Amino acid sequence: MAETMYPITLTVNGEKKEAEVEARTLLVHFLRENLSMTGTHIGCDTTSCGACTIILDGRPVKSCTVFAVQANGRSLRTVEGLEKDSKLHAIQDGFHQEHGLQCGFCTPGMMMTAVALLERNAAPTELEIRQAISGNLCRCTGYVNIVKAVQHASAALREAKQPVAAGRA
Amino acid sequence: MIPPRFDYQPARDLAHAFQLLAQGRGEAKILAGGQSLIPLMRFRLASPAALIDLNRIEGLAYIKENGDLRIGAMTREYELETNGTVKARYAILTETAAVIADPLVRNLATVGGNLAHADPANDHPATMLALRASVVAKSAKGERVIPIDELFVDTFQTSLRPDEILTEIRIPKPASQSGGTYLKLERKVGDFAIAGVAAYLTLDDRGAVKSAGIGLTNVGSTALRAKRAEAALVGTTADEKAITAAAAAAAAESQPTADLRGPADYKRDVVRVLTARAIRRALARAKGGS
Amino acid sequence: MGAELGGIGRSVKRKEDARFIRGRGKYVDDVKLPGMVYLDIARSPYAHAKILKIDTSKALAIPGVLAVITGNDLVPLKLAWMPTLMGDQQMVLPTDTVMYQSQEVAAVVATERYIAADGAAAIEVEYEPLPVIVDPKKALLPDAFVLRPDRKEKSNRIWHWETGDKAGTDEVFRKADVTVKEDIYIPRIHVSSIETCGIVASFDKVEGQLTVWMTTQAPHAIRTVIALVAGHLGLAEHKIRVISPDIGGGFGGKVPVYPGYVLAIGASVLTGLPVKWVEDRSENIQADSFARDYHITAEVAAKKDGTVEALRVKTIADHGAFDAAANPSKFPAGLFHIITGSYPFKKAFVEVDGAYTNKPPGGIAYRCSFRVTEAAFTIERLMDVLAIKLKRDPAELRLQNFIQPAAFPYRSALGWEYDSGDYGKALKLAMEKIDYAGLRKEQLEKRKRGELMGIGISSFTEIVGAGPSKHFDILGIKMFDSCEIRVHPTGKAIVRLGVKSQGQGHETTFGQIVAEELGIPVADITVEEGDTDTAPYGLGTYASRSTPVAGAATAVAARKIREKGRLIAAHLLEASPDDVEWKDHKYQVKGVPAKSKTMQEVAFAAYTNHPQGMEAGLEAVDYYDPPNLTYPFGSYICVVDLDRGTGEVHVRRFVAVDDCGVVINPMIVEGQVHGGLTMGLAPALYEQINYDDDGNIQGGNFMDYLLPTAMEVPSWETARTVTPSPHHPIGAKGIGESATVGAPAAIANAVVDALAHLGVTHIDIPITPWKVQAILKAKGVAE
Repeated sequence: MAETMYPITLTVNGEKKEAEVEARTLLVHFLRENLSMTGTHIGCDTTSCGACTIILDGRPVKSCTVFAVQANGRSLRTVEGLEKDSKLHAIQDGFHQEHGLQCGFCTPGMMMTAVALLERNAAPTELEIRQAISGNLCRCTGYVNIVKAVQHASAALREAKQPVAAGRA
Repeated sequence: MIPPRFDYQPARDLAHAFQLLAQGRGEAKILAGGQSLIPLMRFRLASPAALIDLNRIEGLAYIKENGDLRIGAMTREYELETNGTVKARYAILTETAAVIADPLVRNLATVGGNLAHADPANDHPATMLALRASVVAKSAKGERVIPIDELFVDTFQTSLRPDEILTEIRIPKPASQSGGTYLKLERKVGDFAIAGVAAYLTLDDRGAVKSAGIGLTNVGSTALRAKRAEAALVGTTADEKAITAAAAAAAAESQPTADLRGPADYKRDVVRVLTARAIRRALARAKGGS
Repeated sequence: MGAELGGIGRSVKRKEDARFIRGRGKYVDDVKLPGMVYLDIARSPYAHAKILKIDTSKALAIPGVLAVITGNDLVPLKLAWMPTLMGDQQMVLPTDTVMYQSQEVAAVVATERYIAADGAAAIEVEYEPLPVIVDPKKALLPDAFVLRPDRKEKSNRIWHWETGDKAGTDEVFRKADVTVKEDIYIPRIHVSSIETCGIVASFDKVEGQLTVWMTTQAPHAIRTVIALVAGHLGLAEHKIRVISPDIGGGFGGKVPVYPGYVLAIGASVLTGLPVKWVEDRSENIQADSFARDYHITAEVAAKKDGTVEALRVKTIADHGAFDAAANPSKFPAGLFHIITGSYPFKKAFVEVDGAYTNKPPGGIAYRCSFRVTEAAFTIERLMDVLAIKLKRDPAELRLQNFIQPAAFPYRSALGWEYDSGDYGKALKLAMEKIDYAGLRKEQLEKRKRGELMGIGISSFTEIVGAGPSKHFDILGIKMFDSCEIRVHPTGKAIVRLGVKSQGQGHETTFGQIVAEELGIPVADITVEEGDTDTAPYGLGTYASRSTPVAGAATAVAARKIREKGRLIAAHLLEASPDDVEWKDHKYQVKGVPAKSKTMQEVAFAAYTNHPQGMEAGLEAVDYYDPPNLTYPFGSYICVVDLDRGTGEVHVRRFVAVDDCGVVINPMIVEGQVHGGLTMGLAPALYEQINYDDDGNIQGGNFMDYLLPTAMEVPSWETARTVTPSPHHPIGAKGIGESATVGAPAAIANAVVDALAHLGVTHIDIPITPWKVQAILKAKGVAE
């Protein structure tokens, strides 16, 4: 079979990107290899671990189970887009303040899931947080401090009464 | 981990999708949420020559109540899970959607895909069986309504014809004294069911069971309707005696196989236990609202 | 000054977070070099088979495939086999026989990752299946098929190891009032850090220089191994650079040398191109180093008043097809003989037989401290079995028996000298925090109503910090560790370590040690590890050894600097060095606090105004040979509720009291405990890897290998006692693995406790719902 290439245009963290990809190129590989955005990680091959989580048109999804061609015309947010003008997103600060990360490998995906959660639910309970991150596996932290990190971010956002999405794309 | 090559064909509308299906000559597969198909392709257990992407087609995702409840096939599971109308009057559907895979998968997985893929481990089929739902299948030639009892033929096989696309799911209008629940036992959150039981009861004005729907997940080659269990409830007040009989019947009707989710005997016991618990909760909901 | 300094005991926020929260960590798969190519591996579907033919033609025909490597290609390069860390040898690629399912059979090198995968899928192999042995007991039968014809001794027994006083122990058992015995199987599990293993190997043909980015917990050891194993290919140790960049979790799984690493290095040396190999999760679980797989029979002899007297243990260790466990070389069963635990057994005897089977090689990679988890699980289960038999409360039985504080340093019947401990204090604190008395009352009431609730205790003693050069080496290299510190003229410092963090926060905690010792704020200290070109030689991070060994080296190196600084300070203060002391993080003239110099002032002077005759500069290195191991300990109490219908085990509460001696960073220690507890819960209830009789893996990917999510994990409650290590320069012991070592027994004990009144004394882990339900059914109490 000849290698058909498909042109795609998408918005990543507010910036327009154009590329040509094979149909079978997974979105996570497109981000990591074509765009050299290695903040999104790969942790498994059965859509089980969530390390590859990004926000696609406002919803957190596993980018290893989406083809890049499906993202044509769509808008994505990744960990690289959280910090704006040298100011950390509340979730990044929350993870730092509450020791919500150790090796850092699950962290980008975990944070993107948390950002999407807080955009829908500004004051989630502990159970709601645990449910929201139940698709993101962590081997290092035992989740306790991740929950605290999300609660920290939630409190900070509510206190600042800022619009929850730092630059909703 | 890396899928084989394929042609990507985004359909503009249903007519275009039917065209692409015909061109595919059986070698093309529909891409809806992709949360079942893409993992199979990554392990090269599925190698379709082409994927027909339905995600660009307008008007296939909706939840409308007009007497009955109509769900567009491309409705995402999270949309079903968070819909207020569904929570209020079709709580069994909310509960089913809420335990499918994990929250991230539910942002892409579709209700139609969960049915059309016909994995006996998928959760919606049992609930749809309990609800006596039906699905709309469209093709270039027209459309037909398939009662849910006729949809699941075998593992990964439905009665949809190769030129048909499932476009809508229809849930009958709930009677005034009706209610149901879906209980799923899983090894951990995000897993398929060890066994799952959907129970939906409709009561008459004397509080007796007028009709019962009991669907079973992952204890057979397809989702199963536990007909003898249903019969054991109809006409009774669903007292503990009837519940015990229905639960035992459901267990006997199930056809589990031993695997990494447990021995067959265990799964039968789980069906029995969950059926009893599901009936009790369905009864409470039918009597007093959700 | 205290808060700014960030010295010992402060919960300093982590410096390494800055890059991780921005997605700017640099993990192996993030490394991209110009011209880089990709390696993928074709693997065996059979557990044991002769290779009749390997057809590489279809793979080679794919545009973009550059080369296919098979075992026969490696033979002339003397790379078909490689030594393991346990003195065995392991195939890199087979030439005639595959030994386990998913074993590497051929490697494909291609210009793109996706093409390499296509190439691997296009390799066609003809196999002739051979008899499969998956049961180590069957492997040890006299007429068993000899799995390793390459070994001198034609037997599937790898080694026999024993320690203790057999005759004395047997004598005690013969005379004992009470004996208990249990068969305990601890199944194979897999560490599954979220990042899999990988390497980028880049050989510069002109310079003869090999640079390797690798997921390794022990970069220096790897460098030496490469030089020894591949030296004949023109690789000399001074021209090998191993870089261990950011690692996404190690837990022991990134200590062994996997064939994929060797193949990538070989491919790079041959082609002169950078070669990347990053394995899939399925490959990681199905072929990389596992942990546990111990078949244990354990017995305790005791007086009728509950005083324990003797311990006798016989174990079969299933090591798979090659003994590739990463134990210190004199200890094929690791530190399993810590199994006397927290109790003063007068006599003990332990024997272990290692066996080959048709399964992946390995043995100790799962945050488990060299078989200490197996040991702790066994003794803590046996104590509960004894309590059940004697109808004694398990907490009281432990308190009665514990080695008392006055007995330390305590020499165990199996030869370990425990440095310090106060076991009773930890258990009492745990009991108080969880309201143990209240729980026992609740349990009685619930039992009357037929509700099943259990309380489980684990009072474990850990053994970490390998280890003293007298007894410890890996492949002959002694297990010291190192720290090099250099203080700059402006008073900032750089610290380089021979260990390598995979998430434990070394960039912060080792900075804190130096901050405390030298009065330099932790923000002014850079900590580096993992690059063999710059870091002093060390044995790496695993078995909780970094703080005990490299932490000690850090303190000692800092004190060398402090001593030189004292001479410079005296020079600046125009005082006699004998009159200058280090107090309140600065140099002071004794009795005249106003006459003082800071380390910053001294550092500047080290380059600008040092005494005549003294060398300039302010730096030191220390290679620390620990005089002993350290012995962290703890008491965990777990409460479970059982569902009588489904058999599910709900962990209602879990209180963990840990003692790791002096705590450097309480926040980080607590995080280590949280993570360790979760990796103790997982094998207790969820994780296992089994093989059917044909050697097919059951549970070889994340769909069936069940890592707990946030929904399975309770909100861990932690507390601390502090019993410093008397021999460690800062009194610290190490914490990384304690919770994984101690937790499984607490959970297992809790479930058994819920069912003990029905006659249950033991349930093997993982305690699945169907195991519980089968017991409930058999006892007539199932819903």
